[in-house]
Amino acid sequence: MDWSLPLNASTQGEAIDALFWLIFGITVAALVIVELGVVWFLWKYRGRKGRSARYTHGNATAEVIWTAIPALVMVFLGIYSGRIWANIRSIDSFPDDALTIGVVAKQFEWNVTYPGADRMLGNADDFTVRNRFEIPVNEPVVVMLESEDAIHSFFIPELRVKQDAVPGMIVPIWFQAIRTGEFQIACAELCGLGHYRMRARVVVHETDSYEAWYAERSAAAFATTQ
Amino acid sequence: MATIVAEATGTPVLADEHEMPFIRKYVFSTDHKVIGIQFLFMSLFFLLVGGFLSVLVRYQLGWPGRAIPGGEALPEAMAPGGIMLPEFYNSLVTMHGTFMVFFAIMPLLVGVYANYLIPLQIGAHDMAFPKLNMASFWISVPAGILMMASFAVEGGAAGAGWTSYAPLSARPDLSGVSVGQQMWIVSLVVLGLGSLLGAVNYITTIINNRAPGMSWFRLPLVTWALFITAILILLAMPVLSAAMIMLLFDQTLGTNFFLPSQGGQPLLWQHLFWFFGHPEVYILILPAMGFVSEIISNGSRKPIFGYHSMVFAIIAIAFLGFIVWGHHMFQSGMNPALGMSFMIATLVIAVPSAIKVFNWMGTLWEGNIQFHTPMLFAVGFVMLFVIGGLSGVYMASTPVDIFIHDTYFIVAHIHYVLFGGSLFAIFGAIYYWFPKMFGRMINDTAGKIHFFATFILFNLTFFPMHGLGMKGMMRRIYDPAQYEHLSDIQDTNTMMSIAAIALFGTGLYFLVLFFWSLFKGKKAPANPWNATTLEWQTPSPPKHGNWKEVPVVYHGPYEYSHPDMDRDWLAQNERPDIVSPAHPGRTGAAPDSTEDGAE
Amino acid sequence: MTSHAATLGSTARRPEPGLGIYDKKVGMWVFLCSEVMFFAGLIGSYIILRFGASDTWPMPGEVLNVPITAVNTFVLICSSVTMVKAFASAEAGDLRAMRLYLLATAIIGASFVGVQLYEYRELIHHGFLPSSGLYGATFFTMTGFHGLHVSLGVICMSWVTVKAFRGGYTQEDHEGVEVIGLYWHFVDLVWIILFTIVYLI
Repeated sequence: MDWSLPLNASTQGEAIDALFWLIFGITVAALVIVELGVVWFLWKYRGRKGRSARYTHGNATAEVIWTAIPALVMVFLGIYSGRIWANIRSIDSFPDDALTIGVVAKQFEWNVTYPGADRMLGNADDFTVRNRFEIPVNEPVVVMLESEDAIHSFFIPELRVKQDAVPGMIVPIWFQAIRTGEFQIACAELCGLGHYRMRARVVVHETDSYEAWYAERSAAAFATTQ
Repeated sequence: MATIVAEATGTPVLADEHEMPFIRKYVFSTDHKVIGIQFLFMSLFFLLVGGFLSVLVRYQLGWPGRAIPGGEALPEAMAPGGIMLPEFYNSLVTMHGTFMVFFAIMPLLVGVYANYLIPLQIGAHDMAFPKLNMASFWISVPAGILMMASFAVEGGAAGAGWTSYAPLSARPDLSGVSVGQQMWIVSLVVLGLGSLLGAVNYITTIINNRAPGMSWFRLPLVTWALFITAILILLAMPVLSAAMIMLLFDQTLGTNFFLPSQGGQPLLWQHLFWFFGHPEVYILILPAMGFVSEIISNGSRKPIFGYHSMVFAIIAIAFLGFIVWGHHMFQSGMNPALGMSFMIATLVIAVPSAIKVFNWMGTLWEGNIQFHTPMLFAVGFVMLFVIGGLSGVYMASTPVDIFIHDTYFIVAHIHYVLFGGSLFAIFGAIYYWFPKMFGRMINDTAGKIHFFATFILFNLTFFPMHGLGMKGMMRRIYDPAQYEHLSDIQDTNTMMSIAAIALFGTGLYFLVLFFWSLFKGKKAPANPWNATTLEWQTPSPPKHGNWKEVPVVYHGPYEYSHPDMDRDWLAQNERPDIVSPAHPGRTGAAPDSTEDGAE
Repeated sequence: MTSHAATLGSTARRPEPGLGIYDKKVGMWVFLCSEVMFFAGLIGSYIILRFGASDTWPMPGEVLNVPITAVNTFVLICSSVTMVKAFASAEAGDLRAMRLYLLATAIIGASFVGVQLYEYRELIHHGFLPSSGLYGATFFTMTGFHGLHVSLGVICMSWVTVKAFRGGYTQEDHEGVEVIGLYWHFVDLVWIILFTIVYLI
């Protein structure tokens, strides 16, 4: 096993990965300081006959410094993370012209509903595909996430997408793929005995191939319903 | 006021060992020390149970689908032919978490050491309400038995995770578990009642029954931590009980608090659970931090660095602990704007934790460090807790949490905090206070072997989980091989499982050592570690009633290596005639180090 | 910075004062903090659920018998008055009055529980059950747990009353009366909140 994040295939993934590695840098630096410090002190101040410990109850300057530095770093991380979070999740961040897809989770499958030509969900020209989630590359996609039974979690590692599907709620999320490929939806919230195998195929198409797939599926769906 | 004097000093007869029948002395005892020891045996048993469940979990992850050796003995509903079923796996994961959190670590920290140490450290004869204290233990026992018994009922034990998210936990048709889940709820409500009685006792005792001279800022940090922990239990536990009762009604009475069918809200459960659950995390770490402060100061032969900031850090952590619960719910469908405020509060809580770590380092600095077993575990705690604390920063950051939420990164984090943190501190505490509790020593070399084996195997088991989380391996999955992005992790999982099973072996080694020392250990002196706090100024073990005469306290808790002393420790109750008013080493001292800290 | 010698004089041989309140009373206050959180959990859930489903929430008067419960609320408030009187009598040394007021408190408390059981019977008879939507669920859970608290209070109150009749309390020592009184007033206070939010608004 190599130690890495999976290949990134979405716009938000770039920001998330950058933040991940920033935090990685900060935390590893802190880790090294503390661990080396502890080991060094253990060695340097190991008990020996005839020497005695320094009698001190603390040092205000030192304590202020090591309170202030973590506080500043944390506030910085909070503000920086908050901006990225807002770009991904806030209501204002949702693109207007996005392709809207409905996803309904139930034990233990993902039902994906595509809008008809009007690009609106919830009318007669919608069609539903089971356990296949196919989207075009370089186009923002909004997923309206629902659940029929337990709580599930819609997780596509490569797209850096994760959102719980909660019964009784419709949760919208959006993302934009930046590379084509085949991935998987994984359920990330314990949802019963089939949780471990609640997966679905994700295909990120070139625009042309998506259009072709969409047309074919749409036609097939109407052939069966008519 | 008059009553307190009478209660604190008016019962010297207690210190005489008067004859009591066996059952009053060891079974239905009201002596806080006996109750503490009873909790110790109970929670070590459940630690063993929880550890064993984790071995089964790791077996499945290490060798998916292979028959468990000897597993043919398990019922068909769990593992037909010895091969574990997914629903049994879910129960194992759930019950491992439940036993470890509620029946092992929490009683080890609070049940054992709050009971045993608080009256001794503050110079009281016993708890304020000894009978309630006894009730608290005897309420916990049936709760544990009920939880164990749930494996035997139809449908098996609860399998919705230790967090038991509704609606899965509320609807037997979704989880396949009905009676087991109800037993889980009842057991935890009963246990919560027991913890509550304990908390009322600890708080009252610390407020009202301190010995003369034992002012607030002369309390040992263990007692401080346990005091704040008791407040957390007092305020958080009843919220869990309320939520549990609603969940039980959803299961049995046909209500729909957490079921969306008639307007109920699944997220309400999560809010209530984590409103309890996050303070619970601090319930599980604050006492551990107290033990470590005590042991590091003793092992370094130095006063604790920044006593006052240590106390304020505990208080700050406890306060902030009540307003960060939403960070468990960033991906739950909660309003993203709320995510923002919970993130800030969560990042802020890293600051008092950092203060504590740096103060421990400050205590080591220029010390005269003694490497006895408790000290090794305390230093091990610092080294591992840092990893757990820093990995928390990743999930506090909401965007990164999108990726790592509900992955093994979280599993790594919680184990670095609760095993590398709490449990290492608990081992340290057991080695440290064993002589006081049982009047015998645990062999130091044998203890060191236990430490190094545990430290190495712990890291081999849990450190790779960070990598699995980065790969995107989800929690609580029975078979990672189902997923393409997890196709190359089996070797790592197998290695971790081998390490985990060996780690369980070190636990067995510890139990053998523990029981062997109980009967065959070298006789312990009253103060084997040359420690300063009051419990070491009584015989080992202390008699019923603790003191013939209530001690008088003259100093803060960690007066090690005072320059005017010819030995390197000064007990809290020793007369200060020999001590000069000069305080070298306090030049340019902190403004927060007021008179009390200097003494 | 004070010296050891200076602090020694001020602290030696003087017990730490704590709160200057006896243990049982401190313990009861601490316990009540916990009870506040328990009811806060239930009431908070009620508020969240009600706001989440406000359009379908029935008017209390359509389902519940508000007048009878209003009378019952008055009854419970009366029991708080008799409780106050019992404690005041104990303080004043009038132990006979204390016994009678304690007895009255226990009886009034029991009759409150009785009326509540009657109300439950009527509601269930009319088909209003815990499974009758969120309204039924929250109503029975909140009032039920309050009723359980009153019932436990009545049991403890009876115990205190029996002890009082056997001469267990004196003007100097009547901690039990004060401590049960704290609990009793707390339970009454919770009822006033519950009555307001469940029956009136």
